[in-house]
Amino acid sequence: MSGAPELPLWAAILVSFLLVFGALVTLIGSVGLWRLPDFYARLHAPSLGATLGTGAILIGSMVCFSVLQGRPLIHEVLIGLFVTITTPVTLMLLASASLYRDRVEGNDAAPGKDPEPTEL
Amino acid sequence: MKLLRRVLPYPLLFLALLAMWLLMAQSLSAGQLLLGALAALGGCWMMVALDPPAARLRRPAAAARLAGRVFLDVFRSNLAVGSIILGNEDRRTHAGFMSLRLDLTSPYGLAILAIILTCTPGTQWVRHDPSRRILMLHVLDLVDDKEWVRTIKERYEGLLMEIFE
Amino acid sequence: MSVAILSWSITLAQVLLTFAMGCAALRFIRGPRAQDRIIGLDTFYINAMLLLVTLGIRSGATLYFEAALVIGLLGFVGTVALAKFLMRGEVIE
Repeated sequence: MSGAPELPLWAAILVSFLLVFGALVTLIGSVGLWRLPDFYARLHAPSLGATLGTGAILIGSMVCFSVLQGRPLIHEVLIGLFVTITTPVTLMLLASASLYRDRVEGNDAAPGKDPEPTEL
Repeated sequence: MKLLRRVLPYPLLFLALLAMWLLMAQSLSAGQLLLGALAALGGCWMMVALDPPAARLRRPAAAARLAGRVFLDVFRSNLAVGSIILGNEDRRTHAGFMSLRLDLTSPYGLAILAIILTCTPGTQWVRHDPSRRILMLHVLDLVDDKEWVRTIKERYEGLLMEIFE
Repeated sequence: MSVAILSWSITLAQVLLTFAMGCAALRFIRGPRAQDRIIGLDTFYINAMLLLVTLGIRSGATLYFEAALVIGLLGFVGTVALAKFLMRGEVIE
């Protein structure tokens, strides 16, 4: 049990809640990576941690350092922005790469043809 | 005005890069401001070489509304996907592919839509065919595909077309 | 009092994030296909980045922020290169 910074009680409770909540959401996402049945379903799991999990933990960190140093310290916004922009790129690339591979190999994991567009 | 255009071709990009630099340096001193301005200017000129298609942010109010909507939806779909992951076996096997016709054609609008759909857990952008304007999605909870089409078209596409077209 | 609350909840968050990293690593080891391994790796580095942020809160130093940002950057580049490799069999076209 190592130490923690000395914060006022309200800030400590707020930061604690945000940290545990974010970590829990991230854990659920990663468990989904393990529990979901096939690759395309697993693609949905990491975005849990990358959106709400990252958001909650980074806001917690921002609150903590802003209270600690007595001035707004929001450079964690950069990490949040960066993760929000990059995660979709990797997931989209992975989805299309995997679709291409499944089609080349003739797996039944992906449909051989695009499904017909749903009309309203 | 013309000179300003040549020196500072992308004023919004300049401001964003400068803000990023100052956030990273965590200070507002004159030296950091100068360095940041130089770096941002370099970034803008690099964008000139890349020559991206012109875009204008037309309706800030609509953009703000879209941001609020996305924020809410990310929260909601996180809860939905979390309950699917922790739920029992038969809830996890409704996943499937679907397609829909899009009316949105602006490349920036499509990029934003891709980020929105991929960032909200539960929907995954797979590929978009610009010639046929058909978007293929993978949806984790594919019970009613008409409902998904309606959600995407009404909640996001309308606003994006308002902003970018 | 507030130090104890924060200290315990940071420990709890770190344990949860470590379990999350374990799940991602398990997916990386078990596969079964290359794309499953890559998505495991992707989740693994995001979880590691969050773990670093919690370490930064514990120590009260903003030093860990840079480390987290670098992990995020490098992990992104790595995953994109791997996905590109899956698609074409080569990274640079």
